[in-house]
Amino acid sequence: MEIEKYKLENLVKNNFAITSLEKIFDFCRSNSLWPMSFGLACCAIEMMSSGNARYDISRFGYEAFRASPRQADVMIVAGTVTDKMAPLIKTLYEQMPEPKYVIAMGSCAITGGPFADSYNVVNGVDKILPVDVYVQGCPPRPEALINGFLELRKMMRNPKIAKVKKDA
Amino acid sequence: MLDILALIDELNTKFNGSLKASDDGKAIIAEKGEIKPLLSILKEEQGFNMLVDITSVDYEKNFTVVYHLMSQSNAELIRIKTDLPPENPEIESVTGLWKSADVMEREIFDLMGIVFKGHENLKRILCPDDFEGHPLQKSFKLKIQNRFE
Repeated sequence: MEIEKYKLENLVKNNFAITSLEKIFDFCRSNSLWPMSFGLACCAIEMMSSGNARYDISRFGYEAFRASPRQADVMIVAGTVTDKMAPLIKTLYEQMPEPKYVIAMGSCAITGGPFADSYNVVNGVDKILPVDVYVQGCPPRPEALINGFLELRKMMRNPKIAKVKKDA
Repeated sequence: MLDILALIDELNTKFNGSLKASDDGKAIIAEKGEIKPLLSILKEEQGFNMLVDITSVDYEKNFTVVYHLMSQSNAELIRIKTDLPPENPEIESVTGLWKSADVMEREIFDLMGIVFKGHENLKRILCPDDFEGHPLQKSFKLKIQNRFE
């Protein structure tokens, strides 16, 4: 019986250690996200300008855009997703290693935007990928994209805020 | 400035007078079968060595294919138009003269449905391969194809 009590205590101690280590990892990851830019259309220009000197995202640690999905944490889908491009986005998303996040930037990536009832357009990238942050605008200003990054950072550090609250 | 009317008169000696100037005086209108010889004469003899663009228009009674050529040594731009019948729009391809016509003709085939004879690789370039119809024709009816729901 006593050995079992000690086992339980050790288990509790070990679990506490694991949780706080995860918090440290999440804190570190949230300060150094490597985006894989998926700049498809005009929103890509705003994303590029947010990486430049005036609206710097390097002060948050997010300026290292990686070309390869194998090295990236967050995929920013910036622009209209067409029917021809959609299977390729899915392939690239599946090649990213966990933990991975998706930011849908601009109204075309959120719901199809001004081209929602056109031939060949997927109405929103959330029909094919799970999206974490939606950044509105057509195109969103660089400050709006930075706000989206900061929301993602809040969500990474404290995953509970992303749960849907029941109305009181 | 390029004198279109003088150029047409000069070329009409070879084409038996079938070239015309357009209504606003800025383009040459040719018959469909004469496009390839006309363009090769313009390229080799008149010095219009660069193909700037090929595009097409859908007037409901006919299609029109429009070629823009540029002469880099004289810095001049010229436009050539030709009409095609609506039920069977076919024209000869100019990929033998300019390699850049390859992708331009594929785009016109994809979006407008005009077939270019003599093109080695005439398949869709912008729409997915199993797309039905040609979207930019006036008679195209938009079908809601929800491929990803």
